[in-house]
Amino acid sequence: MRFSFVSKEVGNGLRRNFTMTVALIVSVAVSLSLVGAALLMSAQVDRMKGYWYDKIEVSIFLCGNTSVAFTCTGAVTAEQRTNIETVLGSLESVQEIFYESSADAYAQFKEQFAGSAILANISPDALPESFRVKLDNPENFEKVAGALQSVQGVESIQDQRQLLDRFFQILKGLQSFALAIALAMLFVTVLLVMNTVRVAAFARRRETSIMRSVGASNMSIRLPFILEAAVAAIIGSTLATAGILASKYWLIDAKLAPNLTFIPFVTWSEVLAIVPMLYLVGVGTTVLAASITLRRYLKG
Amino acid sequence: MINFDNVSKQYKNSNTPALDGINLSIEQGDFVFLVGQSGSGKSSLLRLLLKEEKPTSGTVTVDGINVAKLPNRKVPAFRRTMGIVFQDFRLLPGKTVFDNVAFGMEVIGKSKKEIQQRIPAILELVGLEEKAHRLPSELSGGEQQRVALARAFVNKPKLLLADEPTGNLDPSTSVGIMKLLDRINRTGTTIVMATHDVAIVDQMRKRIVQMENGKIIRDQERGMYGHTGQ
Repeated sequence: MRFSFVSKEVGNGLRRNFTMTVALIVSVAVSLSLVGAALLMSAQVDRMKGYWYDKIEVSIFLCGNTSVAFTCTGAVTAEQRTNIETVLGSLESVQEIFYESSADAYAQFKEQFAGSAILANISPDALPESFRVKLDNPENFEKVAGALQSVQGVESIQDQRQLLDRFFQILKGLQSFALAIALAMLFVTVLLVMNTVRVAAFARRRETSIMRSVGASNMSIRLPFILEAAVAAIIGSTLATAGILASKYWLIDAKLAPNLTFIPFVTWSEVLAIVPMLYLVGVGTTVLAASITLRRYLKG
Repeated sequence: MINFDNVSKQYKNSNTPALDGINLSIEQGDFVFLVGQSGSGKSSLLRLLLKEEKPTSGTVTVDGINVAKLPNRKVPAFRRTMGIVFQDFRLLPGKTVFDNVAFGMEVIGKSKKEIQQRIPAILELVGLEEKAHRLPSELSGGEQQRVALARAFVNKPKLLLADEPTGNLDPSTSVGIMKLLDRINRTGTTIVMATHDVAIVDQMRKRIVQMENGKIIRDQERGMYGHTGQ
């Protein structure tokens, strides 16, 4: 099988089947864009998790005058405070412990809400003193909470991760939604490939029957059809890749990143890592669908 | 070269066997006419030789190969040892005479150089060297069948199968095709030709195998169509 002969056949086939080829290219491009978007979102979630999990802490609020928790008997005593600190220090997953007094909390609050009317209603007493604890791994929250929840002087334990997780859940939902649409589109693409190949095989049944009768191998009879599907898939994958790169350049870098400085966005290397996957999925799916169809319609 | 040993073929949706206990032996270099009415089993016999069908019982051997036992991946190589021509020529309408013949070499991976060398010679053999760049639609039926013969013979097969090659041609054109087949036969190529053409068979005086209802009812050297010779 000579390269020039095969490439000539592939070119002829694509031209003759022009509308179907265009449909196939668009279908591959759209489904892969969605696959790419889903992958991009997953990379984005990972990146944000890594960034924020590093910063989040567990807050252990200590009893104040007005606390009603069963571990509280009025404001926390110095003894209880030392005891809590000792318990925290003995925990394996605890990396760092900061103590924040009511006055410190108030100072920070004042800074955060400068100029707001809320400030007038809040006195330093209303803000409980707390221990801010940094864990080696945010997943270990339960261990810390378990060790502290019945210790005298602890009013409540708050995991900042819970707040983040709700946000991540929304992102995950979006991601699965994109993935579901991508899978549906890939399914459509597979059907389209099968139909395109079937039509092409039917249009060229004369050629293929002649090829068979002169002793062409099954591979060389099928290869032009498979390559045609692959060429369409490569063009479609390239369009999808262009879309993904464009959204990184014009949407994320130019629009989102300058305005949302507190969110770490996916880097170019993470975006580029998606590209080979797109080609793999696009070309792999079409070639597989084409081969299976030919097995049925071009019996050896 | 070809051996049928007690071969029967029963198609699934038929009550009577297409081939019924065929014993037939054809030597290298033979020229055999396969005659008989439509439905007598000629085409089934050719199909078994091509491994388009498998026999229900018995064995078909071609060039020492048990055709039914040939694995599928070896069928293409097996088909390359034979050339085939059909009643309807089966040329590619968009390709010139040259390209149609070249197609037979291209699909089995011959180089451009070999193709450029071989095709003028084979077109000369079939008498179409002047028309190499014409399209099939610009040719007469006889000329189209010559192109088909050129394509079947271009890879120098040991065996040439012809299924009613003169079926669509007028008598004088048919004679030209038969002369060509005779020339190909003289190069040592075995020819098996299924036909209805009484005039051709009588003129050529070659071996005749006559079939009826899936059986061979006559096998005669230098025979004539309607004549049992007894």
